[in-house]
Amino acid sequence: MTEQPRVIASAPTAPAGPGADEIRKTTCYMCACRCGIDVHLKSGRVVYIDGNRDHPVNKGVLCAKGASGIMQVTAPSRLRSPLRRVGPRGSGAFEEISWEEALATAVSWMKPLRETAPEKLAFFTGRDQSQSLTGWWAQAFGTPNYAAHGGFCSVNMAAGGIYTIGGAFWEFGQPDWERTKLFVMFGVAEDHDSNPLKIGIGKLKARGVRVISVNPVRTGYSAVADDWYGITPGTDGLLILSLIHCLLEAGKVDLDYLARFTNAPMLVNATPGPEQGLLVKNAGSQPFVIDRRSGHPAPWDGREVEPDLGAEWQGHRTVFQHMAGEYLKPEYAPEAVAARCGLESARIRALAAELAHVAFDQAITLDRPWTDFRGNRHQDMPGRPVSFHAMRGISAHSNGFQTARALHLLQIVLGSIEVPGGYRLKPPYPKPVEAHPTPHFQAVPGKPLTGPHLGYVRGPADLALTPEGQPARIDKAFSWEAPLSAHGLMHMLIPNAHAGDPYRIDTLFLYMANMAWNSSMNTARVMEMLTDRDEDGYVIPRIIYADAYASEMVAYADLVLPDTTYLERHDCISLLDRPISEPDAAGDSIRWPVVAPERDGYGVRGFQSVLLDLGARLGLPGMVNEDGSAKFRDYADYIVNHQRKPGIGPLIGFRGEGSAEGRGAPNPDQIARYIEHGGFYQAHIPEEAAFYKPWNAGYQDWAVDLGLFDSPQPYLFQIWSEPLRRFQLAAEGHGERQPPDHLRGRLKQSMSPLPLWYPPHGEAGPEYPLHALTQRPMAMYHSWGSQNAWLRQILGKNYLYLPTAVWQSGGFRPGDYARVTSPTGEIVVPVAHMAALNPQTVWTWNAIGKRKGTWALDEGATEANEGFLLNHLISELLPGEGRVPNSDPVTGQAAWFDQKVRIERVGPQDHALPDFPPLSGAPHQPPARGQISSKKFAKNLRRFLGLNGGKGAP
Amino acid sequence: MTCLPGKTAKSLGLVIDLDTCVGCQACVTACKGWNDRGAELLPDENPYGPEPSGVFLNRVHSYEVTPPDGPAWIVNFPRSCLHCEDAPCVTVCPTGASLKRAEDGIVLVNEDACIGCGLCAWACPYGAREMDEARGVMKKCTLCVDRIYDESLPPEDRQPACVRTCPTGARHFGDLADPDSAVSRLVAEREGYALMPGMGTKPVNRYLPPRRKGPGAAPVLAPLEGKATGLAGWLDRMLGKL
Repeated sequence: MTEQPRVIASAPTAPAGPGADEIRKTTCYMCACRCGIDVHLKSGRVVYIDGNRDHPVNKGVLCAKGASGIMQVTAPSRLRSPLRRVGPRGSGAFEEISWEEALATAVSWMKPLRETAPEKLAFFTGRDQSQSLTGWWAQAFGTPNYAAHGGFCSVNMAAGGIYTIGGAFWEFGQPDWERTKLFVMFGVAEDHDSNPLKIGIGKLKARGVRVISVNPVRTGYSAVADDWYGITPGTDGLLILSLIHCLLEAGKVDLDYLARFTNAPMLVNATPGPEQGLLVKNAGSQPFVIDRRSGHPAPWDGREVEPDLGAEWQGHRTVFQHMAGEYLKPEYAPEAVAARCGLESARIRALAAELAHVAFDQAITLDRPWTDFRGNRHQDMPGRPVSFHAMRGISAHSNGFQTARALHLLQIVLGSIEVPGGYRLKPPYPKPVEAHPTPHFQAVPGKPLTGPHLGYVRGPADLALTPEGQPARIDKAFSWEAPLSAHGLMHMLIPNAHAGDPYRIDTLFLYMANMAWNSSMNTARVMEMLTDRDEDGYVIPRIIYADAYASEMVAYADLVLPDTTYLERHDCISLLDRPISEPDAAGDSIRWPVVAPERDGYGVRGFQSVLLDLGARLGLPGMVNEDGSAKFRDYADYIVNHQRKPGIGPLIGFRGEGSAEGRGAPNPDQIARYIEHGGFYQAHIPEEAAFYKPWNAGYQDWAVDLGLFDSPQPYLFQIWSEPLRRFQLAAEGHGERQPPDHLRGRLKQSMSPLPLWYPPHGEAGPEYPLHALTQRPMAMYHSWGSQNAWLRQILGKNYLYLPTAVWQSGGFRPGDYARVTSPTGEIVVPVAHMAALNPQTVWTWNAIGKRKGTWALDEGATEANEGFLLNHLISELLPGEGRVPNSDPVTGQAAWFDQKVRIERVGPQDHALPDFPPLSGAPHQPPARGQISSKKFAKNLRRFLGLNGGKGAP
Repeated sequence: MTCLPGKTAKSLGLVIDLDTCVGCQACVTACKGWNDRGAELLPDENPYGPEPSGVFLNRVHSYEVTPPDGPAWIVNFPRSCLHCEDAPCVTVCPTGASLKRAEDGIVLVNEDACIGCGLCAWACPYGAREMDEARGVMKKCTLCVDRIYDESLPPEDRQPACVRTCPTGARHFGDLADPDSAVSRLVAEREGYALMPGMGTKPVNRYLPPRRKGPGAAPVLAPLEGKATGLAGWLDRMLGKL
């Protein structure tokens, strides 16, 4: 029996201001930023939420969503009890059952699967927090079918970054806000990593630093940018490679940086055959460089070696020469790409000139000595103060992986990554591909998987294929359709399970994944798949769903496990999955029940504790003691006492006797110490280790001490990617493992070892002339905001915004609706004019539209009538042979933004189409706040005139 | 019908930077949260229905601007009470409920005296007042008068909730009557302006205008010089630099 963690559940954690008894400090979950919040309580009720000033993520500020968290607790859409379906699936007819019955039911479905065919359970989580727990659970169960929602959302950014620089955009790094002199955003959405980005932009504005946005839509951050490139969607990679062309042409590249910190001086094998295009290795299987002083091979990590970027050795030329040879081609000249990108060539040249001017003419130097991994001592830290950020705008295209790589290459040639003024990674990054696991996928009845599901493949040998060469996973992740799908393909889960391709499953287990609505492509069809029957019953026989709210997905579940809100449960934001680190510190944090998880008559339980309970009932390894009893009382117990490796647990702070950091025995007081410390912990990086991290011996040693690595992991940036080239070689016919013929062509193209641009695969023909995009608004996160009484007053209706030329040529007028058509479907939606928009693009806010009867909204709510989704227009499959996903061919990232449409005016309407029948809705809570009565002017006037009663009413 | 105090000792107010405001609405819900206090002091009518209508003391609007010499763009415009020197909402008030304080210039509503007649809302040219239909009294921005003087709060928190929460730091609070205050200096540096001065209300709050947008001024990039052509020539010129 592990020692029970001691949690202070009643002691005030901070003095409160007026109107509150105390302040409890925890972590927000109104989006994925993980800001620190001060929850003001009075008599045990939340009365106000603001930002924690000491917190590294938000430093006291808070967004519109965060301050509205109070309304999540009182939302009438909250589920109140476990539910069992009693009507047909999708009808919304449920009965409330006890937790004991619910858990016993789940176990009775899952246990036989584990004993016979663990792959028949598919467990996917819509949000990717607690992933180190959920992944570990699925691994213990033994199913290969586990992932979070990253395949939907961000994996092009993650994989493009990891395979190139060992780190990524999103929140895994950030500009050196204090020192950068030029900031350029590509496709930066407004929803995430929103407070840190807003804080950063504010700092730049206060210093008068120039901000440039490349984005088809000029809202939000783009609205305050000093300059705007209203690019045509899907062409960012082409623009970026053209910028690299201009820099190469002018000789404005950082040769020293390229020679020391990248694989630019390594040699590319020129010998035709199975090694062609791989890096030339020595007898020790190590790539090497040519020392420019001797002209002879020298170790890549040798001290005082001067790598020759221009070397040619036995007919093999350097990566640098391949790179220059490629991007100096006239096809990358601004004049050649401008029309395709929707920009003027002079504007592209001007952007290149700005980048070069700041990087090379305004370089900075920090007076900080440091030692590199080769053993060379440096007296200072030079920096090129140009920084970039990128997000879904480049990620959600089928060329997004290579576009992300191109953007990292642009940063590399400018010498601006991990230098003062440039882009800085946050621990556990930088981290090379070699330090990540490969995928594990072999299901053995009654046994756990031998390792984690998700990983980074090095070549075809690591694919998740059966001995027959078929995809081993239900989502076909790590198959030839998506070889580097490091986050899985959640969007293919239901379509594949329905099609029995590659096989049928039995139980679909989903957490916070609204797949019957905004979290699926081709939503109308997915709803049919969920209710489709064959001779044995439902094609997808069983669905278990865990969520806190009565979302669209609830109606399609057979068993519903009601979760708590984020203010009522324990959580950990861990270095083992997605921490809250900063460039100068590793960091993690917790949530804890700052208000009671139960209200009168309602029983909800934190999902993570439920998962551990299920694991214990199933007897999963790691979750039971030797006598079969539950190893962990609840998630809090797990957070404190679980060890991934000896001394390494979910939280880095206050380990051992309380002073150990990173490595140390479990400390039963750990959660109490976190609460005392404001809910978070930071391990600070020494000053001399804070830049040049991949190559900085001081950083590498610090990372080992903290437990991020077991040995130093210095590495070079991968301009030339060998893993990609290995897939290209396979597509060319080399090697044992061969792709199916219908995928060879696209693998040869998309697996280029140098970044490239190709037209997005999902773009329909010229009869669909407009690009159709969605954005997530800053004041609402996915669907979560719609039941929030404050946020829906800010944004309760979405329009399809049309650029001026489309508005005028279509004869549109205010109040009009339009029919929007794609090869997949048709919707009729309200439109509005917007001039600050790429002329070939239409767009709308994501997930404002709701299905009638859900989220405890009235059936007349704007969200359920005028609100709409673009999802109905977007196919999950590409047209043509096989069931090839509408995804990036490298990573499987859902290619939402490849979508093209045509539109025509239909005039004023009162509701959008399609108009689905209302869901009767799961039992949920009545509003906790009273409905407001009507105007009381007359009463008060009477009061004032002395006609009746005193003051202060009501 | 209600008198203004004449010159006030201080002119507390907000300075809002339109060059920096991204329209995130953080100030809107921070204001709502602080002034509602979980007690429905800023009530929401029909919160889950077709036309929810709640009281907000601060709202952010987005406007599209199409300049003659460049592409269109969006200005995000936060709007709340401007605490005018010649506040028509005060002088129009029949009961004395609407008042401007002599000590700091804050315009407030004394809810005990308010009859909810709505004249002040009609008189305000900025639409900065909202009716609490539940109580039949007018609500408006108080500059968080219950924060800025509260000595139980840490000094750095004695500022309006909207200012404290603003993620981009686009909102500033201070004494605009003091020419040496940080807010006054900011207004001077950035040529801050009063909203709709022609209305004659003499607002205290100031807005900082968006900076000029458009291309930068970096010198044009010139190709590497040299006679040799092709990749080999480029490499010679380029690597000669190393």
